[in-house]
Amino acid sequence: MYVAVKGGEAAIDNAHRLLAHARRGDPAVPEISPEQIGGQLKLAADRVMAEGSLYDRDLAALAIKQARGDLVEAIFLVRAYRTTLPRFGYSEPVDTAAMAVERRISATYKDLPGGQVLGPTFDYTHRLIDFLLAAGAAPPEPAEAAAGEGEPMARVTDLLDGEDLIEREVAPDGDTPVGDLTREPLDFPAERDLRLQALARGDEGFLLALGYSTQRGYGRTHPFVGEVRYGEVAVEFVPEELGFAVPLGTIDVTECQMINQFKGSAEVPPQFTRGYGLVFGQSERKAMAMSLVDRALRARDFGEEVTAPAQDEEFVLAHCDNVQATGFVEHLKLPHYVDFQAELDLVRRMRTEYAARRGEASEMKEAAE
Amino acid sequence: MSAAMRDDLPSPGATAGKETDAYNFAYLDEQTKRMIRRAILKAIAIPGYQVPFASREMPMPYGWGTGGVQVTAAVLGPEDVLKVIDQGSDDTTNAVSIRRFFAKTAGVETTTKTRAATVIQTRHRIPEEPLRDGQILVYQVPIPEPLRFLEPRETETRKLHALADYGLMHVKLYEDIARHGHIATTYAYPVEVAGRYVMDPSPTPKFDNPKMDMCAALQLFGAGREKRIYAVPPHTRVRSLDFEDHPFRIQTFKQPCALCGAEGVYLDEVVLDDRGGRMFVCSDTDFCEERRAAGHQGMMVDPGASDPSPEGEGGSRRKARDGWGEARHAARAGKRAAPSDGLRPPPPPYGGGSSDLPSDTAAEKREVVAKDKAGETR
Amino acid sequence: MSIALAPGFTEPVFDAQRVFRALMDATARPATVQPLATDLVPPAPLTPELAAVALALADHEAPLWLDAALAAVPAVAAYLRFHTGARVVETPDEAAFALVAEPDAMPPLGAFAVGTDEYPDRSTTVVMAVRTLAAGRGLACEGPGILDRADIAIAPLPGDFLAQRAANRALFPRGIDCLFVAPGSVAALPRTTQILPEG
Repeated sequence: MYVAVKGGEAAIDNAHRLLAHARRGDPAVPEISPEQIGGQLKLAADRVMAEGSLYDRDLAALAIKQARGDLVEAIFLVRAYRTTLPRFGYSEPVDTAAMAVERRISATYKDLPGGQVLGPTFDYTHRLIDFLLAAGAAPPEPAEAAAGEGEPMARVTDLLDGEDLIEREVAPDGDTPVGDLTREPLDFPAERDLRLQALARGDEGFLLALGYSTQRGYGRTHPFVGEVRYGEVAVEFVPEELGFAVPLGTIDVTECQMINQFKGSAEVPPQFTRGYGLVFGQSERKAMAMSLVDRALRARDFGEEVTAPAQDEEFVLAHCDNVQATGFVEHLKLPHYVDFQAELDLVRRMRTEYAARRGEASEMKEAAE
Repeated sequence: MSAAMRDDLPSPGATAGKETDAYNFAYLDEQTKRMIRRAILKAIAIPGYQVPFASREMPMPYGWGTGGVQVTAAVLGPEDVLKVIDQGSDDTTNAVSIRRFFAKTAGVETTTKTRAATVIQTRHRIPEEPLRDGQILVYQVPIPEPLRFLEPRETETRKLHALADYGLMHVKLYEDIARHGHIATTYAYPVEVAGRYVMDPSPTPKFDNPKMDMCAALQLFGAGREKRIYAVPPHTRVRSLDFEDHPFRIQTFKQPCALCGAEGVYLDEVVLDDRGGRMFVCSDTDFCEERRAAGHQGMMVDPGASDPSPEGEGGSRRKARDGWGEARHAARAGKRAAPSDGLRPPPPPYGGGSSDLPSDTAAEKREVVAKDKAGETR
Repeated sequence: MSIALAPGFTEPVFDAQRVFRALMDATARPATVQPLATDLVPPAPLTPELAAVALALADHEAPLWLDAALAAVPAVAAYLRFHTGARVVETPDEAAFALVAEPDAMPPLGAFAVGTDEYPDRSTTVVMAVRTLAAGRGLACEGPGILDRADIAIAPLPGDFLAQRAANRALFPRGIDCLFVAPGSVAALPRTTQILPEG
C-alpha cells in the first residue's frame, strides 16, 4: 500500500544534523578555526570576499568553514548575508595609484619608476609537491625590503596617457550616479560601470574561460599586461553632515590594467585601448581574466563586430554570476514529477499513434500483396 | 536626515522569533519590500507584462523559489495564513523548507488546507480546489520569458512584447504540429492574458492552464534569478494559445486516483516495482486527503492491476464539478450578451491580441469531476 | 522650518504592509472601494490617506510630485521628505507617485509619465484625494479584475475625466494608473479599466 511521503520536516532536520557531523570530520583531529582559514587559506577567503562582494575576511573564512570548503557555497552564504546589511552610503573611488604596493609587475616595460616587485607569488615556483609542508616545517624568514619600497608608484597606463598613446578615461563628474546591479535590475545594453560590477562579482572560472577564448581568437583584443598590482588602498567616505572625506580603513585589492590595440578611425588617431580588472584580495587570475573580458565587451564602443561569446554582453552578464548559475543548475534536483508526468503522457501517446500508423501501413501492404 | 527614517534596520516590534531577531518581519528589509510592492502594483495594472525588479539575494538558492519568496514576503501580513506547495504537495522538501522559512521569519500561521489559506505559494501546480475571491496565489517562476527559448536575447524579446509580435510563438507551436502531430508543449504552456501579453504560466502542467482563466484569486508570479514580477488580476481572461484545427486540450487520466477515487484531477505516477507496476494518485495532496477524510476511497487494490497509461487528451466527456467549471462560466456567459457559439472569445480588449486564433475551447471543456458528489469539499 | 513634524506610521512594518494590501486589493479589483485605515495626522491639505500611500510606497527610488494645493504648503513636502526620503520633483512626468489634493484643478493625465511600449511600468501613479468614493451609480467600469461590471461614484473628478481616461486607455500598455482616496477608503482605476459610456 502506498503511503504519501510524510515527515519532510524530520528528514530535513536529520539531514542538517548529519551535515554538521560530516563538517566536523574526525573528532580526533583538531577542529579548524576561521582564523586559520583566513590566515593560511587566505586566497580562498579572498575569492569568497571578491565574488561574495563583501570585504570581510573573517566572515569569508567562517563561510568557508560552514561550507566545508565549497567556495561557491561560501560565496552564496556571504551574498545572502550581505543583502541584509544596511547601507550607509557609497565610498569615494579608491585611488590605486596611491596603493601600498606589495606586488607590481608590468609586461610592457623592462623597467619603470618603482620597478618590478614580485611579491608573494606562485610565479616561478616549480610546481612540485612540497612534502615539508605536510611535516609542518617553519618557512624561511622573508628578505628585508630595500629602503624606499612601499612608496606609491605611478600606474603604467598613466605613463602612456601622458603621451596620449592610450585612450583617455574621463571620470564621470561627481553627480553622475554609478549603477548598482544589486539595487536595480540590469537593463541591456548595460554601461561599463554595471558591466565591471558584474564581472567583479562574476565567477572566476567562467571569466577565465571567456578571457582565454579571446586569446584563442574568439574576439581577439591583442592584450598586453600593462600592469598588475596588488596591495592596500585606503577607502574614504564623505558623511553628509561633515561634507569632507574621512578614512574608513584599508582594503587589499588586485588591479590589472590591460593594454589593447586599436587601429583608430577617421575621428580618432591610432591609440591603445584599455581593459580593466579590479578584485578584492589577491587574485591575479581573476583580475586579468576580468580585464580581458571587459575589453572584449567594449566592442560596441570601438565599432568592432560582435562575433564571439566574450563580446556578447547579454551572454556574459547573464551567465557570469555563480550564485545564480549554481542555484539554477542545482534546482534540477528538486522534484519535477508533475512536469515529467506531462511529458511522459505525451511521449506515450505519440508512441501509441506511431504504432497505430505502422500497424495500418503493414495492413495496407499486406492487402496490396 | 530622512535617510535615517528609511533605514533598513529592523524595528524592534517587527521581528518574529528569537532565532531571527536580527532580521526584519518576513526577512526582507522595508526598502526592498517597497520596491517589490511597487512592482506588484504595476504588474497588476499591466496584466501579463513582466515588470523588472531588483531581486535580492535570498538565503535559499536561485531557482529554488527566491522570486516567489520575495513576492510572498512583500505581501504577507501578520493576519495571513500561508500554504506552500511544490508539485501540488505540502510535504515535498522544498515546500517544507519555504513554509518553515516564513513560519520562522514572519511567525505567520501556516496551513496545508487550500481553503484556509489567504496566501498560497506554489511551484508547478494550481490547487484542484477552486480558489476564491480574496486569496492570493504566488507562483515560483524559473524562466518568466515565454519567448526565451525562441529568442534568447532580452533586448529582442522586449521589442517583441512591445509590438505584441507573437508570430514566433505561433510558428513554434505550428512546427510542433507539423513534426509531431501535436503541440508538443505539455507544461509552461504559453497563455495570452487579457488579450494582450503572451505570458509564461510557470512550469505548471497545461492541465492547470484553464484554472488561470477568470480565476477569482489574484495570481502573482515571481522570478528571482531573472528579476521579473508579473500578475493576472482576478476575473481576467487567460487563453492558452492554439489553432482552429488544433484546439488547446488538457491531459486526462484513464483511471481515478488510487487513493481517493477522484477523477478529472492531475495525477502523479508512482512506480511500485521494477516489473511495470505503478499506480496513479492525486498530485494535490490536500485535495486527496480531504476526500479520503470524507470517506472516499480509491481502488488501492493490487497495484499491478492499475493501467499504467494515461488515456491522452480530450476530456470533453466530463461532467462539471461545481467550482472551476460552472460558476465561473455561468458568470462569463452572463457577461457576454449573446455569444454566437458559446466558445468564441470576445475581441481582445486592447489592441494587439491576434484575433485569428481560435478560442480556447478547452477552458470550456475543462470541467472537473469528482467521482462522488457527496464527497465534494466545498 | 519651525513646525514640529507630525509622526509617521506607529508601526512602520505592519502599517506599511496594511496600506499596501489595501492598495493591492483596490488595484486588483478596480472600481471597488477598499477600506484604508490610518491614524496619520499629516499637515493639511495632505490627507491622512494620501500620506499613508506615500509613506507605504515612496522612497529615494520613487519620487513624489505634489499638486498646486499641496505644494503651496511647505510643511507638506517637509513631512513627506522626512518620512519617506523621497525627492519631491517639480515636473509631473518625473514622479513615480503624484499626490493630488484637488483633482478638479490638476494637470491633464498626459502631463504625467506614461512609460514606453518596452517599459510601460515606467509610469506615474496618480493618487487623488476625493470627497465621495462609494459603490454605486457613477462610473460604470469593466476590464481585468472586474467580474462583470463595477459601478463607482467618485467626486470631484478632473474636468473631462472620461475623455482623458479614454485617451489613456488607447495608449495601452502605456498609461496612467489612478488611485482615489477618501477618508478611510481607497479605490483604483488602473490603465486597463474601461469606463463605459453613460446610458
